Amino acid sequence: MSDTIIEVKNLTFQYEEDQTSPTLDQVTFHVKHGEWLSIIGHNGSGKSTTVRLIDGLLEAQSGQIVIDGQELTEANVWELRSKIGMVFQNPDNQFVGATVEDDVAFGLENQGIPLEEMQSRVQQALELVKMSAFKDREPARLSGGQKQRVAIAGAVAMRPAIIILDEATSMLDPEGRLELIQTIKDIRQRYGMTVISITHDLEEVALSDRVLVMKNGQVESDTSPQALFSRGEELLNLGLDRPFTSVLIQTLKEKGFAIDESYLTEKDLEEKLWASISKR
Amino acid sequence: MNNLILGRYIPGDSLLHRLDPRSKLLAMFIYIIIIFWANNLATNLLMTVFTLSLVFLSGIKITHFLKGLRPMVVLILFTTLFQVFFTQGGQVLFQFWIIKITSLGLSQAALIFMRFVLIIVFSTLLTLTTTPLSLADAVESLLRPLSRFKVPVHEIGLMLSLSLRFVPTLMDDTTRIMNAQRARGVDFGEGNLMQKVKSIIPILIPLFASSFKRADALATAMEARGYQGGDGRSKYRLLSWKFLDSLALLSLLFLGGLLLLFKN
Repeated sequence: MSDTIIEVKNLTFQYEEDQTSPTLDQVTFHVKHGEWLSIIGHNGSGKSTTVRLIDGLLEAQSGQIVIDGQELTEANVWELRSKIGMVFQNPDNQFVGATVEDDVAFGLENQGIPLEEMQSRVQQALELVKMSAFKDREPARLSGGQKQRVAIAGAVAMRPAIIILDEATSMLDPEGRLELIQTIKDIRQRYGMTVISITHDLEEVALSDRVLVMKNGQVESDTSPQALFSRGEELLNLGLDRPFTSVLIQTLKEKGFAIDESYLTEKDLEEKLWASISKR
Repeated sequence: MNNLILGRYIPGDSLLHRLDPRSKLLAMFIYIIIIFWANNLATNLLMTVFTLSLVFLSGIKITHFLKGLRPMVVLILFTTLFQVFFTQGGQVLFQFWIIKITSLGLSQAALIFMRFVLIIVFSTLLTLTTTPLSLADAVESLLRPLSRFKVPVHEIGLMLSLSLRFVPTLMDDTTRIMNAQRARGVDFGEGNLMQKVKSIIPILIPLFASSFKRADALATAMEARGYQGGDGRSKYRLLSWKFLDSLALLSLLFLGGLLLLFKN
């Protein structure tokens, strides 16, 4: 068995027939088993469309998607979809159940899983996202971050091989965002899931194994977070902020301090600064 | 919007809270039918004692029931006064110009008044002790036999529970849109009728637009979570009909029997 879980080949898609340029144009990439892939890019670069095509929510004009060795077709879309858990952007619009518990159970109900198994899985998923104490709450009484954690619990309860986060942290405050990223990290460690995350958030990108940059419906590049962060000013054009350390390094360079690298983690930069000070 | 008593649920652990929502819903129907059999002092007394003892059993403060009655006060008084002035018959008690108050008018008015109050108290009892969700479950479950006649029972149940879940969300939306429009100078509730109606448009259109957007996102999320309709689904929430539920319905039927016995 190959180590590739998702293979996307020459995917082309457009929403309306008279569009001047296609939303996706010959997109090709792959995702490895257990990998954390970030997809970044400007609004309208086709990130969300790509993951919706992978989940079979949209149908491509041409191209091929292979998930876990099977090509995605109309016949097996439900089967393949059950291998993928999706978490969307707006926590309010994806909350189906009347309470936290009911929402987590919704996906399990759809698969016709027996009651006892459902109860244990719901319990487990809620513990994982630390929402057990809230299981009787209605969505109106939860914060955005809590709702998003419930959405993740709902996806995790289905035990998917792949979890896709479609800008899942974009509507949260910094605290909620950090908590959510930590939760995803834990889940990934525990179940060895493959994570695909569409994001504009630096922390999320920094945690991922690989970054796919999309631009105008095409894959612009496919790099490691470190290589991406060293692109400096360019990052702003890709819909990302610049990491704090890059800005600091550049400021130091302008002030005449010699630092060769254009990107370091905070820890590495700290070491470097200590080293250079103690040399004097 | 906080005065809305509709669908308001007060958590508790009384006998009534623990009843199956189906039995409570059925009880509501039976109650509404038998209350029309109460047409004299004895039967009304019977109904009042029964209803008040249920209120006591629920362990919910009387003030909540008064809140439920408050929006209906005008309607109740209006109907009652109508009965007093326009029902003619029996002894004439008071006469002035064209106004004539008769004994039959007074007793009819009292009857109507009691019916209103009791029905409202009983229905408030139902909503205060039952979560909206379990009421939706109960409706779905009670409609189940109709699926033989091609009534889409699962879809009705799903729509009902989704609507209930989105009520607070849409309320929030409405408040937000109203405040946003106020900030841009729209006056709500000012001017004549035409102006008032016109000022609703800047709330209504964004609200509809955002509802469409929400519905679309929700449908996508449901599909992504494997929702393929009612077939082959299991249920997380099971309703269980217990001995207590049968007992509750039997006691109501017994009450109905007593009413038939004592009514005029």
